[in-house]
Amino acid sequence: MADQTVVTRADDTAAASDDRLVVDGLDVRVGLVGLLHDVGFRLGAGERVGLIGESGSGKSLTALAIMGLLPDGLVASGHVGLAGTDGNLLDAADVRMADLRGRRMSMVFQEPMTALNPLMKAGDQVAEVLAIHGLGGSGRDRDRRALELLDAVRMHEPELVRRRYPHQLSGGQRQRVMLAIALANEPDVLICDEPTTALDVTVQAQMLDLVVEGARDRDASLLFITHDLAVVATVCDRVLVMYGGRIVEAGPVQQLFTAPRHPYTRGLVASSDLDAVDAAGRLPTIPGVVPAAGTFPAGCVFRTRCERATEACAEPPPWTGQYDDGHACIHPYGDEPVARDPEPRPDPRPDPHPEPGVSEVTS
Amino acid sequence: MTDATPHPTSSERPGPGYRADAHTRRGVAGPRGVALGDGPILEVVDLVRSFRRPRTSLFRSPGAVDALRGVSLDVHAGQRFGIVGESGSGKSTLLRLMAALDRPTSGTVSFRGRTVSGVPERRLGFLRDDLQVVFQDPMGSLDPRMRVADIITEPLVAQGHGDREARLAELLDAVGLAKDAGRRWPHQFSGGQRQRIAIARALSTRPKVLLADEPVSALDVSVRAQILNLLADLVDAYDLTLVFVSHDLTVVRHLCDTIAVMRAGEVVETGPTADVAEDPQHPYTRQLLGAVPTLQGALAGRDAATLARRARAESSDGDPSHGTTVEPEEAP
Repeated sequence: MADQTVVTRADDTAAASDDRLVVDGLDVRVGLVGLLHDVGFRLGAGERVGLIGESGSGKSLTALAIMGLLPDGLVASGHVGLAGTDGNLLDAADVRMADLRGRRMSMVFQEPMTALNPLMKAGDQVAEVLAIHGLGGSGRDRDRRALELLDAVRMHEPELVRRRYPHQLSGGQRQRVMLAIALANEPDVLICDEPTTALDVTVQAQMLDLVVEGARDRDASLLFITHDLAVVATVCDRVLVMYGGRIVEAGPVQQLFTAPRHPYTRGLVASSDLDAVDAAGRLPTIPGVVPAAGTFPAGCVFRTRCERATEACAEPPPWTGQYDDGHACIHPYGDEPVARDPEPRPDPRPDPHPEPGVSEVTS
Repeated sequence: MTDATPHPTSSERPGPGYRADAHTRRGVAGPRGVALGDGPILEVVDLVRSFRRPRTSLFRSPGAVDALRGVSLDVHAGQRFGIVGESGSGKSTLLRLMAALDRPTSGTVSFRGRTVSGVPERRLGFLRDDLQVVFQDPMGSLDPRMRVADIITEPLVAQGHGDREARLAELLDAVGLAKDAGRRWPHQFSGGQRQRIAIARALSTRPKVLLADEPVSALDVSVRAQILNLLADLVDAYDLTLVFVSHDLTVVRHLCDTIAVMRAGEVVETGPTADVAEDPQHPYTRQLLGAVPTLQGALAGRDAATLARRARAESSDGDPSHGTTVEPEEAP
């Protein structure tokens, strides 16, 4: 680690000129409870970046803060910059954000049934986003363009589907409509929040292909949020790992999943692989549960579930390594691969309230 | 560092029996298998279940959806039987019929040789003792106004069993919940802990068979591993027969020794896990396996386009998003 420099994520000096989206020192609070802390990353042109973590880690909140869609009562501070627009998006007026959303940056949500308007036909909803941003020409032009977009997301029988209401469509069809809407105005940044979690595997495979292709064809930067490590490895070049409202590790897909350095990433990788079991057929697990928002420990957020935690972890760990390739842990793992533990698991009944330092995570 | 629960080894416990029959493509021999002379513990014969659609026209009769179209399968004692299928495949309908929570249109379900399908609830006491269900959504299946102790012991009350206090402590311990959990309410627990409560409730009557409908689908990755380990331990410790329904072939492959693949109300392939997962015979099974993203596969260079191609490959009816989803206008 001699060649690595210690920086905090807030001291970003590495922003390159081709960055489409730069998030820096993003904090989100509700009252006195901090939900996101010092979240920072950047999306290069055409880059596909995954944001992974379990429920409650702050993935969706990060996306909503960037899009200016935080619910009332949640306050964001820090900096969000979009290439080609001046200033901090967090300070931008609502009308300005409304203009940017759907044109410069757009989002595909997890649950298409709640994101689509139930009273509007699918084709009209695609045409609407063209009309709102004044880019679609006449009404007839917009309808024709909407049909092209539905065809571009490989909708089966687009002519039929565009006259349907959302409740008449299958889950996969609804998500295709969502993607057509998101891509309609050729955005620079596409954010997908668990777009395939509710879909069947065969439909998911098609959808992932469409998202990658849609982003690539438009040279759009993709921020792909999911809890599924296999999906992120399939879709993305780089990964950010979130836990307790912080980014705890970042790095290229290949490296981060084969030699994770943060104990949380390591536990996540180990427990995702259902083929990697020990002699007793047991899966490696991370002990305990994700704490509720606002109840994460001070210092390192993972220390209550971490087998490597020591006294020193009571201090917030500094960011170690590069901006795009580093971790926040003072007891990181080296380059050893995630071992397939030969020892039988000692405790068949995981303790729901484990002591810090007691862990089942493979070392 | 000792095992709290003894893991019976394959030589000590009755092995799962695999009968050569019409429904098991590959015939005799199970992974831990000693063929038993006994019949199956759960026998499903030609099961059909149709649902009426809502009426859309005054003059035409409403259409029907065939959720199950003649499903037959045998589950033997000690098996871990996985049922895989996408939405609309009929896998949950099949599970509800196995638990006698619904009546079939035709066909029968028998439990240890006794018919349970179409039998009135008051004569199903034996089944309620010996067969229990764990559902997908732990919040939806736990009454928010009942304390955990009452939730877990409710089946004992319903079945008229005594000594509920002792059984509660035993169950909380078995599923890894704290002793004081009984005094709390469901909303005070996380998703994984709620699923532990649901499992404890299912085990309260000391059932022989546990039916699980997507019990880990709503859970986070690290918690999913905990619950899968717990299920495997309990199945071993209490000699349970497990019927596990899931859309996720990787989960079923991990947990089960036998797999039935369902599509559009039919079982398209059955066999020991190793055979079905490693050497799938039916095109749909191959398609399903090909579409599952895996970390190892992705790191070896399998990108989204490859995955999509594999999901499409051998698909006989074009766009898979139309495969099993019933479109409004195609009422029979």
